[in-house]
Amino acid sequence: MTEAPLLSVEGVAVDLPTARGNLRAVDSVDLSLGAGRTLGIVGESGCGKTMLSRAILQLLPKKAKLSGRVMFDGQDLARCSRETLRKLRARSIAVVFQDPMTSLNPVLTIGTQLMETLQEHLELDASEARKRSVELLAAVGIPAPEQRLAQYPHQLSGGMRQRVAIAIALSCEPKLLIADEPTTALDVTIQAQILDLLAREQKRRHMAMIIITHDLGVVAGRTDEVAVMYAGRLVEHAPTQALFKQMRMPYTEALLAAIPKLETAPHTPLPAISGRPPDPTRPLKGCSFSPRCRYATSRCESEKPQLVASSSPDHRYACFHPIKHDASVGA
Amino acid sequence: MIRQGVTSQLLRVENLVVEYTVGNKIVHAVSGITLEIARGETLGLVGESGCGKSTLGRAVVQLRQAVSGRVLFDGEDLTAMRGEALRKMRRRVQLIFQDPIASLNPRRRIGDIVAEPLVIAGVSDPKERQDRVSEVLNAVGLDPALVMGRLPHEFSGGQCQRICIARALVLNPEFVICDEPVSALDVSIRAQILNLLEEMKARFGLTLLFIAHDLAVVKAVSDRVAVMYLGRICEVGPSEQLFAKPAHPYTALLIEAIPVPDPDIKPAESVAVGEPPSPIAPPSGCRFRTRCPRADQRCASEVPELRPVGTGQYVACHHPLT
Amino acid sequence: MATLELGLDEGVAAAPARRRRRLGPVFWAAAGWMLLVFAVSLFADLLPLPSPTDMDMLERRASFSAAHWLGTDGFGRDELARLIHGARVSLFVGLCAPVISLTIGGALGLLAGYFRGRFETLVVGSMDVLLAFPPLILALAITAYLGQSIPNLTIILGVLGIPAFMRVARAATLTLARREFVIAAEALGASHARILLRELLPNVVLPLLAFFLLGVAVIIVAEGALSFLGLGVPPPTASWGSMIGEGRESLEVAPQLAFLPAIAMFLTVLSFNLVGDTLRALTDPRQASL
Repeated sequence: MTEAPLLSVEGVAVDLPTARGNLRAVDSVDLSLGAGRTLGIVGESGCGKTMLSRAILQLLPKKAKLSGRVMFDGQDLARCSRETLRKLRARSIAVVFQDPMTSLNPVLTIGTQLMETLQEHLELDASEARKRSVELLAAVGIPAPEQRLAQYPHQLSGGMRQRVAIAIALSCEPKLLIADEPTTALDVTIQAQILDLLAREQKRRHMAMIIITHDLGVVAGRTDEVAVMYAGRLVEHAPTQALFKQMRMPYTEALLAAIPKLETAPHTPLPAISGRPPDPTRPLKGCSFSPRCRYATSRCESEKPQLVASSSPDHRYACFHPIKHDASVGA
Repeated sequence: MIRQGVTSQLLRVENLVVEYTVGNKIVHAVSGITLEIARGETLGLVGESGCGKSTLGRAVVQLRQAVSGRVLFDGEDLTAMRGEALRKMRRRVQLIFQDPIASLNPRRRIGDIVAEPLVIAGVSDPKERQDRVSEVLNAVGLDPALVMGRLPHEFSGGQCQRICIARALVLNPEFVICDEPVSALDVSIRAQILNLLEEMKARFGLTLLFIAHDLAVVKAVSDRVAVMYLGRICEVGPSEQLFAKPAHPYTALLIEAIPVPDPDIKPAESVAVGEPPSPIAPPSGCRFRTRCPRADQRCASEVPELRPVGTGQYVACHHPLT
Repeated sequence: MATLELGLDEGVAAAPARRRRRLGPVFWAAAGWMLLVFAVSLFADLLPLPSPTDMDMLERRASFSAAHWLGTDGFGRDELARLIHGARVSLFVGLCAPVISLTIGGALGLLAGYFRGRFETLVVGSMDVLLAFPPLILALAITAYLGQSIPNLTIILGVLGIPAFMRVARAATLTLARREFVIAAEALGASHARILLRELLPNVVLPLLAFFLLGVAVIIVAEGALSFLGLGVPPPTASWGSMIGEGRESLEVAPQLAFLPAIAMFLTVLSFNLVGDTLRALTDPRQASL
């Protein structure tokens, strides 16, 4: 199946001028996503994953400079006019943010916020919009949807608010949904419900989805591909199975090892990654992870590794000393 | 290093009830909790937001007034203490908080912050204070010379948490309550801090109450674990046993809901029904019954008490899983 | 042992540099004017000026000349000297009254925000009562009872400013009092006094100081208004406000008599505002931590 990917991020870089010098928040990222597929972008705070999502959405801060192309459905979003972008938003690309208390307007009712999007982008009249809103709220699992329309965000629990945010995002049948840490602010039992909801809706609407998170557990069961970011760069990108079972990047390996797992016996020392992520205003000459990497050599400190493909073309990584797995052939 | 004390049971919480008012409504944060922690043990306390675990932690150190119940620390009742006796007790019990950066006064230098407990405790010799501060900063992996003169905003979250741990240890306490100490930290830093806590526990002979919402994190450091829901304990038992064979449906639900970083394990369609009720109007009888697939009439009318099930494991449920 | 590579040495050496934002020419101009006004009012007696109260009925409303650089006013008094002595009065009242408001209002706000409960209700309530008094009537009543003088004026304006500072201090304290570092201090067994002075005060002082500088600007104008109305500084002492009031009668003949003090007041108030804003932005720790 060689259809053109829905989203293609080509050489995207984001530079932010700060008082301490230029901050390269995102450094030459290449990614693509086909329709109906789910991509997980994983990384810790400061790795650039949120900036990347903002770059895709063209929602970067004013001072930021974007280079590269963001091809969506054949158009370069970085070069579109404001009007074109406005029409694309909600109808083609939708977003769900981390904190529903701040992503929903606290002084407008749920109904107003939902119907506003519908009326604006789908040009429905008020009664149609209202009917559709009730349907949407029911679809995301909110009980008594008619009553909810008149309520304000603070009257709902965190999980409910996030469902409303998802309803708003899905209201105009977007082709791509970007969920930026959608469950980080929620309890684990609610988290599971929200992730199930997203998966269900995605299948139903044949939507492409990007889940951005720091939690490897969230992407393990619910994505087709995973991209790992570190210090602004894409360091590994592979189909989910391959990433977890045959990861190449020492960072990915170390990250997985450092997560406490339920199977481990108590008081087992965790294999922690020493040190901290580098200061983004002072990028290292070589590999950004080398100061913390157990396999680092002098080459790693002087040369920056580029993304190369491993034995299978859809598994890319950026390392001079990738992890070897028995089943692999060549590197 | 095992300390000798009056009793081997360092902390005993008896029927603690903590309530507070929000507007004109009463929040039943903690509703009759009984717990014991032995000297040298780590008890993990796990539960989701709103279950009252943080309130319990603060009530134990008397930062929150309990409505009823007792807190016995080394045989003495903390709820009855006032003034100087309470202040003396505070040196033996310390607290570490969730947000490491907010736990440090942004306008004070690290050296002053870590020395503060010593000043309050009446250590008047500045040299002695400085030596002690250096010692404890070294113990947590920070170089005193580089750190003491700086302000908190110059440090990362992980480093701030190390400073908070140093501050908690500077008076050589016996008991430390850790309230979500790693939740606000990055994944790769969490392991560092958890290892550090374990090391400090061994080195200083501490007893810990470790409060968190992440089961795997709690299991990694705890000898026994207590599961809390809406102000009550559902289940308590040795860590391995509790997670291998949970007796309470809520514990099972929590375990199932954890996203596992293994793509072969398909996340089960969540069994969780609905949302946790509000602690302002908790359900009658067993508080978990509104979300429990095994609930029946008895659960609505009768509050389940903690009963033994298996060695050292107790569950408060009319229809436990085992 | 969990090791830690600090990498602080370079990182922190850079930190002081980043705090020194580029202070533009506007800031320096404002600071310069402020310094000038301070300097002349401090050294007014040492300057080779004619006395501000010496009347010369033959030289009334004279325009600029070598003897009187800025001319004379309606009573023949040297305008420049009066301006400079007026600066003294404005600055004295402008600085001392907010200091009164800051200390009393700040303390009340800090205590109210920390202790809450009935004490807070009492404080907030009494501030509301004070605010409800029409300030002008209050000023009139007090001057009628105690007499018109600079100290009395300062006290009146100081007292009238207490509610505003109380509000700022209370708001800052409320946000801070529930932060973990305060709870940590409580958990260590710190007394109330220690928490208030060591933990809360250093943090609350910043917004208070920023507000103080704005308060100075407001009081200078307020004193000017009262003096303009004849309720402030008693004649023959020069004050910018009373000079504007006196200059009103000569607007057609010698407009500079009203405009010169007005311009002086405008520039001074503007400078205080500009410098105050910049200082506040610089000392905000949140901005410094990126």
